[in-house]
Amino acid sequence: MRYSAFRVIKEALTGHKGWKPAWRDPVPAAQYDIVVVGGGGHGLATAHYLAKEFGQARVAVIEKGWIGGGNVGRNTTIIRSNYLLDGNEPFYEFSLKLWENLEQDLNYNAMVSQRGILNLIHSDGQRDAFTRRGNAMILNGADADILSTEDIKKRYPFLNTDDARFPIKGGLAQHRGGTVRHDAVAWGYARSADSHGVDIIQNCEVTGFRIEDGVCKGVETTRGFIGAKKVGCAVAGNSSRLMALANMRLPMESHVLQAFVSEGLKPVLPGVITFGAGHFYCSQSDKGGLVFGGDLDGYNSYAQRGNLPAVEDVCEGAMAIFPMLGRARLLRMWGGIMDMSMDGSPIIDKTHIDGLYFNGGWCYGGFKATPASGFAFAHLLAKDEPHPTATAYRFDRFEKGRMIDEKGMGNQPNLH
Amino acid sequence: MIINHPLLGPRDSAEFTYMGDARLMDRPDPDAPDAAAAFYDYAYLRDNPAGWHRELWFHEAGDRSWLVVTRNTVTHEISAVELASDVARAQGRT
Repeated sequence: MRYSAFRVIKEALTGHKGWKPAWRDPVPAAQYDIVVVGGGGHGLATAHYLAKEFGQARVAVIEKGWIGGGNVGRNTTIIRSNYLLDGNEPFYEFSLKLWENLEQDLNYNAMVSQRGILNLIHSDGQRDAFTRRGNAMILNGADADILSTEDIKKRYPFLNTDDARFPIKGGLAQHRGGTVRHDAVAWGYARSADSHGVDIIQNCEVTGFRIEDGVCKGVETTRGFIGAKKVGCAVAGNSSRLMALANMRLPMESHVLQAFVSEGLKPVLPGVITFGAGHFYCSQSDKGGLVFGGDLDGYNSYAQRGNLPAVEDVCEGAMAIFPMLGRARLLRMWGGIMDMSMDGSPIIDKTHIDGLYFNGGWCYGGFKATPASGFAFAHLLAKDEPHPTATAYRFDRFEKGRMIDEKGMGNQPNLH
Repeated sequence: MIINHPLLGPRDSAEFTYMGDARLMDRPDPDAPDAAAAFYDYAYLRDNPAGWHRELWFHEAGDRSWLVVTRNTVTHEISAVELASDVARAQGRT
């Protein structure tokens, strides 16, 4: 069923009796060409592009819980392509371009809102670094704009530009950045994949891989064996646990990242603001809640909840730059499990096991990457070669010294 | 989280810096023939378990001792705290 304004009016006039479930609830088949493990944003996007762009007819997504219940439902909804390094920026710009056409592609209102993102500058050194970054973005076809303090005061009059420790000296803006309704991304991809014949199998946990003579033949699940010519894994924070079933150790640690939303307020914040020096960033959702977050808690965790020191750190950052936030009450806070890689960049690659493919290591940047991650992973699964924008996301880059370390932190995952 | 420091008693985990898997204490032999592979494994690959995990915490805002903390990554429960120097001595290191 195509969604349209006409359809909404027609259903309104006929008692809303014509709406159907957005996807089926199929029984798993015995054999597929491609099985994608993980029904989150990346897995569902992979399935959508496999079916729609790469003509794969026998595809399944298997998910241990319900689709969209992991990090695609637990993030702060920001999209942007403001990266510096050659291995990253073309990929994230490709992602942003896919976001710009996402709703037409999916026939689903994902509320893509290009309200802009602003990274604050507090020193000459930071201005040099952000100017360099902006130039790298422009060279890769993205947009970037250095704003003056006056520009920022005009746009965001409530910001504390005269903080003694971190006075605001300007900002790097990407006007095409913004926010997207995160759950709608999962649902839109799921609905589109389903309509192209993908089986989305929920409540089906992978308990093992069937590997014979170095070739993956399928997955053992709580709903029985599912055969597949190719298995693609996209399970974010649980990557190490899943790949351990294939006796793999990954270059990553799982860390908890907390996020927060205030009560609903009238519109006060038109775009996304990041205060990197103070470990704080914020945007306002369409419902009015101020959505904000900061740094990782910093220790390995699978708990989906964090501790109070990180909460205090985020709130101190908020009060330093954004004092009016102190008047808003906190509505909810939550934690998500980040697959923090050793250089802060992801992996989209084959494994050493034939027929087993891996997509992970997204750190806390997975949401914005969802469309390109799905597209590039689908490309790899369908054609056995990496997408041109994702050639650097290899497993062996750590061994070969080809790290993509945006922050220059080295192999300490909690600092990326 | 509260870390029960063997010398100082219960301390807020915010006083510590997390330094990762306690296996990082076991640095490979740089003169071994397979040193490159061993250092790749040491520097980059992790077990990253869901459950009990032995890990290093550095008491940066305290007595600057290194601790080996046994902590559950699913519940954040801590079952054991040892001085890293004691752990190393028990392994025969000086």
